[in-house]
Amino acid sequence: MTAVSHSFFICSQQKELTSKKRDEFEDILEERRLSSDLRYAMKCYTPVIYKGLSPCKPNAIKSAVLQSEQVQYVIKQLAKEMGESPDIIQEEAMEILDEMGHSMQLGAVRFFAFTLSKIFKQLFQRVCVNEEGMQRLQHAIQEHPVVLLPSHRSYVDFLMLSYLLYTYDLALPVIAAGIDFLGMKIVGELLRRAGAFFMRRSFGGNRLYWAVFSEYVKTMLRSGYAPIEFFLEGTRSRTAKTLTPKFGLLSIVMEPFLKREVFDTYLVPISISYERILEESLYAYELLGVPKPKESTSGLLKARRILSDNFGTIHIYVGQPVSLRTLASGRINRCPYNLVPRHLPQKPSEDIQEFVSDVAYKMELLQIENMVLSPWVLVAAILLQNLPAMDFELLIEKTLWLKGLTQTFGGFIEWPDNLCARKAVLSGLTLHANIARLVDGHVVLNDKGLEDGAVGEIVFKRALAILMCATYRNQLLNVFVRPSLVAVALQMTRSFRKEEVYSCFSFLRDVFSDEFIFFPGISLKDFEEGCFLLTKCDAIQTSQQEIYPTDKGSVIVSFLSAMFKPFVEGYQLIFRYLSKETKEAFTEKQLIPGVRNFVFQLLEKGNTQCYEALSSDMQKNALAALVQLGAVKKKKIVETLLWDPATKFLNSLAGCFCLPLPFGFQSFSQGFDKQREQSCLFLIEGLLCVLE
Amino acid sequence: MVAHLGCIWQELLKWNGWGYNDSKFIFNKKGQAEFTGKRYRLGGMVLPTFKEWIEKTFGASLEHKTTSRASLNVNDVPPSIVNEEFLQDLRATKISYSQDAEDRVFRAHGHCLHEIFVLREGMFKRIPDIVVWPVCHEDVVKIVELACKHNLCIIPFGGGTSVSSALECPEEEKRTIVSLDTSQMNRILWIDEKNLTACVEAGIVGQDLEKQLAESGFCTGHEPDSMEFSSLGGWVATRASGMKKNIYGNIEDLVIHIKMVTPRGIVEKNCQVPRMSTGPDIHHFIMGSEGTLGVVTEVTIKIRPVPEYQKYGSVVFPNFERGVACLREVAKQRCAPASIRLVDNAQFQFGHALKPQVASIFTSFLDGLKKFYITKFKGFDPNILCVATLLFEGDREKVLQHEKQVYDIATKFGGLAAGEDNGQRGYMLTFVIAYIRDLGLDYYVIGESFETSVPWDRVLDLCRNVKERIVRECKEKGVQFAPLSTCRVTQTYDAGACVYFYFAFNYRGISDPIHVYEQIERAAREEILANGGSLSHHHGVGKLRKRWMKESISDVGLGMLRSVKEYVDPNNIFGNKNLL
Repeated sequence: MTAVSHSFFICSQQKELTSKKRDEFEDILEERRLSSDLRYAMKCYTPVIYKGLSPCKPNAIKSAVLQSEQVQYVIKQLAKEMGESPDIIQEEAMEILDEMGHSMQLGAVRFFAFTLSKIFKQLFQRVCVNEEGMQRLQHAIQEHPVVLLPSHRSYVDFLMLSYLLYTYDLALPVIAAGIDFLGMKIVGELLRRAGAFFMRRSFGGNRLYWAVFSEYVKTMLRSGYAPIEFFLEGTRSRTAKTLTPKFGLLSIVMEPFLKREVFDTYLVPISISYERILEESLYAYELLGVPKPKESTSGLLKARRILSDNFGTIHIYVGQPVSLRTLASGRINRCPYNLVPRHLPQKPSEDIQEFVSDVAYKMELLQIENMVLSPWVLVAAILLQNLPAMDFELLIEKTLWLKGLTQTFGGFIEWPDNLCARKAVLSGLTLHANIARLVDGHVVLNDKGLEDGAVGEIVFKRALAILMCATYRNQLLNVFVRPSLVAVALQMTRSFRKEEVYSCFSFLRDVFSDEFIFFPGISLKDFEEGCFLLTKCDAIQTSQQEIYPTDKGSVIVSFLSAMFKPFVEGYQLIFRYLSKETKEAFTEKQLIPGVRNFVFQLLEKGNTQCYEALSSDMQKNALAALVQLGAVKKKKIVETLLWDPATKFLNSLAGCFCLPLPFGFQSFSQGFDKQREQSCLFLIEGLLCVLE
Repeated sequence: MVAHLGCIWQELLKWNGWGYNDSKFIFNKKGQAEFTGKRYRLGGMVLPTFKEWIEKTFGASLEHKTTSRASLNVNDVPPSIVNEEFLQDLRATKISYSQDAEDRVFRAHGHCLHEIFVLREGMFKRIPDIVVWPVCHEDVVKIVELACKHNLCIIPFGGGTSVSSALECPEEEKRTIVSLDTSQMNRILWIDEKNLTACVEAGIVGQDLEKQLAESGFCTGHEPDSMEFSSLGGWVATRASGMKKNIYGNIEDLVIHIKMVTPRGIVEKNCQVPRMSTGPDIHHFIMGSEGTLGVVTEVTIKIRPVPEYQKYGSVVFPNFERGVACLREVAKQRCAPASIRLVDNAQFQFGHALKPQVASIFTSFLDGLKKFYITKFKGFDPNILCVATLLFEGDREKVLQHEKQVYDIATKFGGLAAGEDNGQRGYMLTFVIAYIRDLGLDYYVIGESFETSVPWDRVLDLCRNVKERIVRECKEKGVQFAPLSTCRVTQTYDAGACVYFYFAFNYRGISDPIHVYEQIERAAREEILANGGSLSHHHGVGKLRKRWMKESISDVGLGMLRSVKEYVDPNNIFGNKNLL
């Protein structure tokens, strides 16, 4: 990538950082509580649609796809290679299409409009939407094909989004859904009629499937048939922390523009944040290795009881539509598609792949930027640093303090002007009574049944509570990650020299590249942004060459590094496990229970307090990071992926982690307590373990 | 001083605009548009709807007028710097020349918008120092020899119709610039009826060539839109294309032999044969060299008997997509008439606005009926439909047969025959469009045309995207009124088509319209390239499109051209800086 293109992406990010002015929210449920749901469901629905659209039926799309040059080409290729009749393969393609295709019907939409009105009113206090965003979306839909890119925290996401577009009389989206939904009787078909289309989980090797699927999506996009909706994260984030993006679908929807089959395409980042996530406890179980229940209708019915529960407020922020053309201008100018007929399947060039990846990260960063943070998120972050119990008054004080800091860092907190901190914290505690509660002026985690269980039971219960609580703290992390990693780096390097702090920062950024969302290749910019934010809150002072923590800043610096301590320690444990406990190649299926047991034992013995290392999410991310760093190699042997820890790690790591060895590490200034020093030592030790 | 011959022609033409002095669009006392002069079919006619179209399309108003300066201000013209020794040598050759300011300014430009704008309101920084008028090949040899001897820069000048900044003098050129005007080398040297070829001096302009050949019953059939003014040598130097290329071919198909004078000497082939296999064809170094290698002096060109019968025609399509599909089918079946063009809706309306006042109630009634039939009975949307114009040529019987074949295809694509008149008016538009630009300039409207070639499967996408890009760029650059952004598919080939764009906007409220215009034109070209179109189908590169040459023909390709230039003209005598 060129320097110019980088600076474009970054400039736009920094500009947004300084001039952040966000829209007002409106509660769409308010109207629902006042008037008839039935009338609402039966309202005259004449949506705003794309200006160039010639309306057609779902089946017409399917046959257009089947007849398309793209699909016909692949069919002929395959027929030739396999020596089969093209008719048979065509038949197969037809079956794929039938399995995949949506069949949007107004009737089903109205059914959902009615039932969802009932359900949402039960579950949620308010559903808040930025109306300006909806207006921008309305313009965008008329102008160019639109791709909706919501964050994914819950199954509620896509239902809610369609519900929203229906409410605002916009064209309903077609939604890429996992094929597992089809396993649910009735519901799968209902979703299909509401505009869902279904993709298999993996079809990399299946050329016919790939051709049919991508052409199906592109046909709908090119004709402006409907907004196309999918989740960049690929799946629901079980940790409420944005997952690193998947590129497949994004590259498909970008292709019509790159091939100039459409003038432009709008990408619309949408941030959906939940005050309380419907699936919070399911997620925690899943992270701890209790398997996710398969999607089934009866499962859904069993979930009915949650209807009596309160899940607070949902905030939906529809971001500014981003013009793909603008993103591509000056970047993709070598017309890579000019020399090959456009209907031939073509592997995207490296340039294009890099562009797709940059766009994906940019969109996720935009999602993060507009994600609404509730006061409870602040409470959770503080609570996790003050276990097992925290004084209520202190919690309130700290929450207010953290609110200021979060806003300085650009976090988007929904905190009404007249709401006092006590009320905010209390209402958070009420809503999340399953996680924490107020006992004798102290707030404690709700890990009930502590006394009577066995040791293992206690650890498990506690882990559940901590992971659930972490789900809320996690919503802060991507806002805090740049300044925090600078803070961590400041502590790890004994030096004040900017250069050294930076190289440590850069290393941490690489290690956590799957854990947090960083725009690729701009380590220095991220570092500068981190430093800038720390300077802004008076935590550090910088000169040309050096960075000094201020006296006042030590509180901030220690808070920030404590916030990321679970990750530093967790990774250290995982690395330690890898270097000590595994000698040979392993599969992911072997690794995760292995690490889990290893950490579990340490927890039982009280040798660590890092419950979050039990999270399979963290374990997978750490493994991915090690693969990227070259410490572990991925091998494919007979359809199973193997990971091979490599001793070469030493060389590659030494290159990017050329820091003075930590032995003889001195506490180098006031404001750095023993505990944090220890955590740094642990990290380095952990890494060194792997070095051996 | 020797009396020079260039004057007569020069005096017939506008000094600050397109074409003949006596032919222009004006608004008469009643405020109606009218085309003056008797040279064109439209001459002397009143165009009742044209004013309204201009106002509606551009938001222009007759009250807001800009006026060009009335005549050239000789004092602004850069002085002619020519050394005395060269002048002495030149006089000895008896070749006529001029250092007169008007003569030099006349040859300092082509017809790009910015060039005309400079003529109307400013002055070129650099113009030729001297104009010479060789009358034959030998004269050119002498001039090139003198230029080499005295280290001068020669810029060949034919008809002056370039739209690629090819005639602009490089500002930084310190040497004396000699404008070599070929207009006096305009004879047909011989006609060979057995082989159907004619040897012609390169300075002849298109209309004279056809007129003179016609006296012997022949034609070349090469009819670029500029054929009234552009010259044979210019066609060769830019790889020109003619409207009727489907029958006669483009310039590269027409040329049998070329004689060119270069600083290295004369380059030509030893025989006049239809084809030869003697390595890369040296003609292809010459065609499209844009005056950077030498002066084309004589060309042997293919001729044909003048066709017995000509017939115009037109077809209305419900939309542009169907029209393009029809043209593609016609190309596929290789049955394209002499010319077939498809204009989009905006251009159809443009052409409609140029409809002269109808003579009788009967015609107007018929027009009304036609319109009713197409829009109401057939359900064509007048704001979406588009029109193909056709020109058939040949013997009568075959023309009629051919016509039927084409109309049959058109019917399959929803086309309806729409009469000869519409067809003919379509072609007339090509010749008068450049005059319309001069009218626009008087009312704050600036515009230009540009072209490209593109594979069939990308025609629609390219047309839509380029037009849209223009509209958007105008908005972004602060243009207050929606621009005219229109295109036509103007040539068909087996593998693709040539697309021609018109683009114009009202620049009231913009301080630097030319700069804005150029930015938009550049964006449009970027768009064309991104859509798989070529840098140019027939206008050439000149200096206007040089920046894209490398990506168009690759580094090595550019190096190949450079090495030819280095061998042929090591001292850059032909220093117009075009192309490379």
